[in-house]
Amino acid sequence: MFHTILFYFFATVLIGAALGVIFARNPVHAVMFLVLAFFQSAVLWLLAEAEFLALVLVLVYVGAVMVLFLFVVMMLDINVERTTGGYARYLPLGLIVAGLMIVELVQIIWLRGSGETLTGGFAATPEGYSNTKALGAILYTEHVYAFEIAAVILLLAIIAAITLTMRKRPGLKQQDISAQVAVRAKDRVRIVKMASEKPEDEQ
Amino acid sequence: MKALIPNFVLNIWDWFPPLTQYLIETTFWIAVVMITVILSVAFTTYFERKVIGYMQGRVGPNRVGPWGLLQPFADVIKLLIKEVVVPEKSNRFLFVVAPLLTLIPALATWAVVPLSDTFVIADINAGLLYVLALTSVGVYGVILAGWATNSKYAFLGAMRSAAQIVAYEIAMGFALVGVLMAGGSLNLGDITEAQAGGFSSWFLLPLMPLFFVYFISGVAETNRAPFDVAEGESEIVAGFHVEYSGVAFALFFLGEYANIILISALTSIFFLGGYNSFFEGWTFLAEDSFLREPSLLWLIIKICFFIYVFFWIRATFPRYRYDQIMRLGWKVFIPVTIVWIVVEGVMAWMQVGPWSNLSG
Repeated sequence: MFHTILFYFFATVLIGAALGVIFARNPVHAVMFLVLAFFQSAVLWLLAEAEFLALVLVLVYVGAVMVLFLFVVMMLDINVERTTGGYARYLPLGLIVAGLMIVELVQIIWLRGSGETLTGGFAATPEGYSNTKALGAILYTEHVYAFEIAAVILLLAIIAAITLTMRKRPGLKQQDISAQVAVRAKDRVRIVKMASEKPEDEQ
Repeated sequence: MKALIPNFVLNIWDWFPPLTQYLIETTFWIAVVMITVILSVAFTTYFERKVIGYMQGRVGPNRVGPWGLLQPFADVIKLLIKEVVVPEKSNRFLFVVAPLLTLIPALATWAVVPLSDTFVIADINAGLLYVLALTSVGVYGVILAGWATNSKYAFLGAMRSAAQIVAYEIAMGFALVGVLMAGGSLNLGDITEAQAGGFSSWFLLPLMPLFFVYFISGVAETNRAPFDVAEGESEIVAGFHVEYSGVAFALFFLGEYANIILISALTSIFFLGGYNSFFEGWTFLAEDSFLREPSLLWLIIKICFFIYVFFWIRATFPRYRYDQIMRLGWKVFIPVTIVWIVVEGVMAWMQVGPWSNLSG
């Protein structure tokens, strides 16, 4: 009962936030609505006792991806007037994508779940069950190759991104930290011993 | 404890349904922890001014109350009765919400912090992930404040802060991977329990490099000196909070100091055994001496020490240049943590050191 109320509450906010992403006039507001949507879906996952996925969603998407998104959106000086128009132009494409997603969702919910009875709420997990451990046990045994391949692809993407953006320009002054740290006083300063003397033109 | 409560209160209590009882009890403890943290923040500001004062050969605040002890309350009252000025061309809603966004994650993280061997508000499985997730959310307050103010200085501060926090979060996360490998759990209580048995079983010695990386990243994450380029008074006035005044500014201040206390608490839990005693296993102390028992006292002592280190660092080092901050984060801390995770893995595999008892 309590779970159901919570579920509907957070689901409503999620849908509202998703609509906000589309209809917000200000791009920064749209990004913040997307952050809210991510939070709400994380909460729904928490309700399903999938705490690992929920927290990783917040950590990766809210904490890293959306920060960079916000970064970019703030830097771009977007003309708000121009971006608000053009709904009709993208409507057919949008409808096709939405239709596809609806078909997929129906397939999963209807065809797969047709044999099962709905007991209300999510399936209860046994005492002492750890979502993180269960996920790790499957990822590192059964799906280890897929997991490793995904890791290698990500590594490749990192290296590719760095290679694309890093270019050595000539005439760039760069600091060599190890050379700076290794420097000793005798390399830079010469101490000359001499007797003190009086300038002659002094009265 | 129960004997102190009059009978009729207990009767009314029993009359509530269990869910309501649970809600009331949890809310009560949340309020207790929050108020304690907020009061600690007040005295942390006093502590900071005193510490830095003495380090610089001054005496610090000494006019309000005995030894200046009431100074933080005077400051709070001053800030509360000041006018909150909202710049005309600013984004009003985000401008007001931004300080809350820095404060809320700092307070919410306390939910999973085990304060003693019996007390933690939410004993959740993935506590460490929760901590990481919430610290990463804290950056929004600074970015939004900088953008909503609609001022170049504030915006520069926000940009600096965003890049810095994203960079240091990675090092922080990797350092925590080392902790969870050593502790064998994501639950902060279990991590603390894994360090029971005196100084030698704390993670401080086996995870020394990760400890330094974590704490320094923590200093960077809280935008404290020498990483306070987001405020950088000498370059961009006050950075992201340049237009904030009154209560709104006080909230930023509260958030910053709550974060300091939080990072200190987390560092003590991850590396210094949390609520475990210094003297655990010291046989010449009496068997039932409270000095050998794990308790809140030890955690508080450790937290105070780290808060002191925060101020010590502030009084000692000049501000980093921005590109050097980035270099330290990306090119020094991240490689160090990756190397140490590999070292740790090899040691656990070879059954050497404190990880030999790890299962699997």
